[in-house]
Formats: sequence, C-alpha cells, structure tokens
Amino acid sequence: MTTLTRAVPVTERAPRVRKPRKRRTIGDWLLLVGAILVALLIAFPFLLILINSFKSPEDYSTGGPLALPTALYFDGIAAFWERVNFPEKLWNSVWTSGVVAVLAVLISVLNAFAIGIGRIKGRTWIIVLFLLANLLPQEALLYPLYYMFREIGLYNNPWAIILIFTVIQSAFGTYLLSSVYGTFPKEVLEAAALDGASRWTILWRVIVPISRPTLSVLLIFFFIWTWNEFLIPLTFLVSNANQTVPVAISVLQGDRLMDVTTTSASALLGVIPTLIFFLIFQRTLTRGITAGAVK
Amino acid sequence: MASAVPFVRAPKRPRAADEGMIPQRGSGSSAAYWLYLVPGLALLTFIVLIPLVWNIYLSFTEWRGIRPPEFIGLENWQQLFADDAFWASFRNSIFMIVAMVIIPTLLGLVLAAVLFDLIGKKFGGRVASFLRATYYLPQILPVAIAGIVIGWILRPQNGALNTILEGIGLGGLAHNWLGSPDTALASIMVVLVWVQLGYPVVIFMAALQRVDPELYEAAELDGAGWFQRFSAITVSIIRPEIFVVTLTCTIAALKVFGPIYVLTRGGPGDSTLVPSYYAYTEFFQSQQVGYGATIATALTVLIAIVSIVFIRAQAAAERKEREGL
Repeated sequence: MTTLTRAVPVTERAPRVRKPRKRRTIGDWLLLVGAILVALLIAFPFLLILINSFKSPEDYSTGGPLALPTALYFDGIAAFWERVNFPEKLWNSVWTSGVVAVLAVLISVLNAFAIGIGRIKGRTWIIVLFLLANLLPQEALLYPLYYMFREIGLYNNPWAIILIFTVIQSAFGTYLLSSVYGTFPKEVLEAAALDGASRWTILWRVIVPISRPTLSVLLIFFFIWTWNEFLIPLTFLVSNANQTVPVAISVLQGDRLMDVTTTSASALLGVIPTLIFFLIFQRTLTRGITAGAVK
Repeated sequence: MASAVPFVRAPKRPRAADEGMIPQRGSGSSAAYWLYLVPGLALLTFIVLIPLVWNIYLSFTEWRGIRPPEFIGLENWQQLFADDAFWASFRNSIFMIVAMVIIPTLLGLVLAAVLFDLIGKKFGGRVASFLRATYYLPQILPVAIAGIVIGWILRPQNGALNTILEGIGLGGLAHNWLGSPDTALASIMVVLVWVQLGYPVVIFMAALQRVDPELYEAAELDGAGWFQRFSAITVSIIRPEIFVVTLTCTIAALKVFGPIYVLTRGGPGDSTLVPSYYAYTEFFQSQQVGYGATIATALTVLIAIVSIVFIRAQAAAERKEREGL
C-alpha cells in the first residue's frame, strides 16, 4: 500500500456543487488567494526547469533564472539527449514497465481468483504474506537478490528487473483484487456454472471481462510505479545500455560536462514522460487512487 | 489509550465459509483452486521469502561478497547498537517522517477542507479540481527526478535560488544549501514536502464526499464555527483515511532513498544519512555485506512494528467509536 504514495492522480468528478450559495465574503477570497499561492509555489519548480532548459548558459548567466529565454536554445536538450542516448533509455523503461504491468496483472488475477472466488483455506494468512511483500523495504531483499541474479547470469539484464517488480506489484494487486473478487456477484458465477462452464472458462470469460475496469487501473498503476522505481534498477542495471530513464538521468548528475542549462534539460527530460502519463491517464484512472486507500 | 486493550480482538464479523463461490459439480475439488496460486506463490518464494530469510541470516555473518559468509553470532548487532552513524540515520528518519507525514497530513487536511468546503462550493468545482491537480503534480514524478528538479534550483554556484536572492538584494542569504551540514537536511525535507503534499489532499477530498452536508448544517444552526465543525465532524468522519495516509507515508518515509542518492549521498558528514542509503553503501561500497544486512533487517523490523502499532491503534479507535454510538 505504500506504493500508493506514488500513485497517479485521479481526477474525480468535481466535488458536487450543492445549492451554490454565492455569498462570497472577503475571507473566502483570501482563502482562494492562499490556495492559489500554494499551487503556484508547487508549480514554480516545474516552470523554472521549463524556461531554463531552453536557454544557453550565457543567456542564463546574464538574464538569471527567472527571465524568459532571449532565443530558444535547443543545444542543452540535444546534448543531453545524445549523451544518454535517450530513445534507448525510453525504450528500456517502456519495455520493462510494460512487461511488468501485464505479467503482474496476470499473476494478480490468478492469485485473487484462488483467494477471493475460491476462498481457499488460510486465505487471510496468504493475503498477509502478499501484503508483507509489498511493505518490506527493498533493501532487505537487495543483496540476496543481487547475489542470486549474478549466479544465474541475469545480473545487468532487464529480465531481473521484470521478475522482481512483477512479484512486488502483483503482491499489491493480489491484496486489492482479492477483496474485489470477494464481493463478486455470486449469481453470475452460478449461472455460468449452470451453463456448464469450467472454472478456467468462468475466470477468463466471465470474471476478467466484468472486472476489466479494475484491471486496467491496476495495469496503469503498475506501469507507472515500475517506471518510477529507483533503488533496484540502479543496483541491477549497471551498464549504460540497460538503464531506465530515472537511473540514466540520476547517474549523470554532478558530471563535469553538465553545465547549468544542460542539467536543467536533463531534469526536464525526466519530468516529461511522467507528465505525459498524467495527461493521458487522468480520465482513465478515475477513482483509482482512492480505491486502494480504504478498501 | 490503546495500550489498555492491546490484546482484545475486534469483534469478529461472521466469516465467509471456506468454500468457493462457484458451485461445485462432481469434478474439481476446492483444492484445485490452489493450482491457480502456484505461479504467484512460487515467484513470491524466490523473489521475496528466500531473500528475506537469507538477509536475516546474513545479519549474523561477516561477508565481503566473495568467500563464503562466516557466522559471527550477534557481533553485527552489537556493533549496530554502538554505531553513531546508525543512530544518526534513524534520527534523520524522524525528520523524514516530519517532512513526509506530519507536515503533509496537517497541511493536506486544511487544504482539502478549504478546497472542498469553500472553493468547491463558492467558486465552482472546476477551480477546486484544477488546484487539486496542481498540488498533485509532483507526486507523479520518479522521486529521484523530483530530487534533481529541486537540486537544480539549490545548486551552489549560479543556482536559481541563490541568484534570485542576490537579485533582490539578499545575497547575504545565498548559501550552499545541500552542501552545508546546517541546511542539507532541511533542503531534503523541502523536496519531500513538495512531493508528498498532493497525496493527502487527493485522498482527503475524496473522503470528504462522504460527509453528510446535513450534519454540517445542523452544527451550523447550533452555532458551531467553521473550525469547530472541522475538528468535530470532518476529522472524525475521515479518520480511516487519515490512518491510511499516515501509515503508508510513515513507511515510505522510513524507506527514503532516491533523493538522498541524487542530492547528498548522506552527507555532509552523516547529516542526511538514512538507513536505506546506509545499508546500500555497506553492501556495495564498503563491501560489508553482513553489516548492511543488519541495517536492512533493523529497518524491516521497525517497519513491521510501525505497521502493527498503527493497525492496532486503528482497530482500537474504530471499536471505541462503535461503542460510543
């Protein structure tokens, strides 16, 4: 559940407007101004990074960080883009996060089918076990995993990351989906069984299609959470060609060749992909973040 | 007073029977459901359970990663309790909790109430939604990238903050924010507050939709001011969400790694050292695997204790509420 702290927002329907009483007092306006100031303060670092990524270092030193660029300057971004081979890093991140999301949803569905629908004995303990996997600090697994994957030759291989995060994400998925399936309409299942469908058929033809909205929220969350992971990719993906976006950007910080606006450009390139997810998925994810908060 | 009833269990809800929801016909016993768990449990065993137990074992050994680990009993643990750097890292964890739990939760409560109660109702839901999305923006970033964004602003030479300070004639305040022991920890805390604030706002605003407006109107008629209504009605109704937010954020605060790695590497000195970064350096820089495993195990135990205490406290609070009603 901790992972929810990294979740993507979910713009729910705007709070319902009940009887709009339009008596706005001075106090109301002051609070509005206060809330807007907080929003500006939060958005300010993004704006700074944005305007300074398109400046030349000279432009930066004469105009300071607050001025708009005098001329659009793409060399900083281009230099960093080529330096880290950004398309390669993007692809690494998309590939690992995508495979993890699909596999983790699949495993979650199988687990939750046994626990939520099958109601196997000892299910409470099994759920606790999965929850444990999700709460653990990754440091407690780090060295043994590092050693194991070295021994079997998967160190510095994207599949190591895929395997590890499939387990960690599906642990959360199992926890959430088990409680969703626990309340699955029994009549539907009985009707399907009466028609002679086997469990396997019922799972794929009835349960999965009906729970598709929940599954797609899980899929998107798993993708973004895996994208944002840092410690384990940093440890396991040592060679340049395998690194993910956050790792590749982080390891170059403080590098001698990074001038002030190139560094800003590097931060911008780290921000942009997640910003795009935010814009694409905002609607799809309706209700998602709160779903896990209080089940 | 949770301690008064620590071992009393919450009244049990009638439990669902141990039988599947799909009616059984001759074929396939309920044991067949276990087959569906095989891949999940097998993966869990290899990726989580075995490494976890192994790591605990390693905390009783001396190992530099090459020759086989050598069993040394409790030596690592004795060393740990006498290790100033370890205690410094936990002291810093408390500051991480302030930055990721206490400040965002308190501020988040106020902001959520203002957005929902006042701005949403008097200035329109769109304004409220837009502000909420803005507050949430830093949450979507990989936390290492969030660190880099703020770190860029705090750069010592020609950093944005120092340049702005000089520009408005406060050049005397310019500072090596991340590089001096007196401000490094505070700078990290700023990053974390910035990242974390949107999370409680979103959760609390969703929770506030559960509050029955009539309760408010009744309280208003009884002459309760806004703050009284807020503390007596709002906070008690959204208490489950407050619990969840404080629990998940406390655990996240104990695990902080990314911003420390990209911004300060635990320094200067050990002024921003945190347990997870300490364990990482013991594993991969000092090659003291046994000692790193000891730090990681201690962190795991702490997180387990925090989770249990929180869940118990929540159960106790719920019970008290039910009895009160």
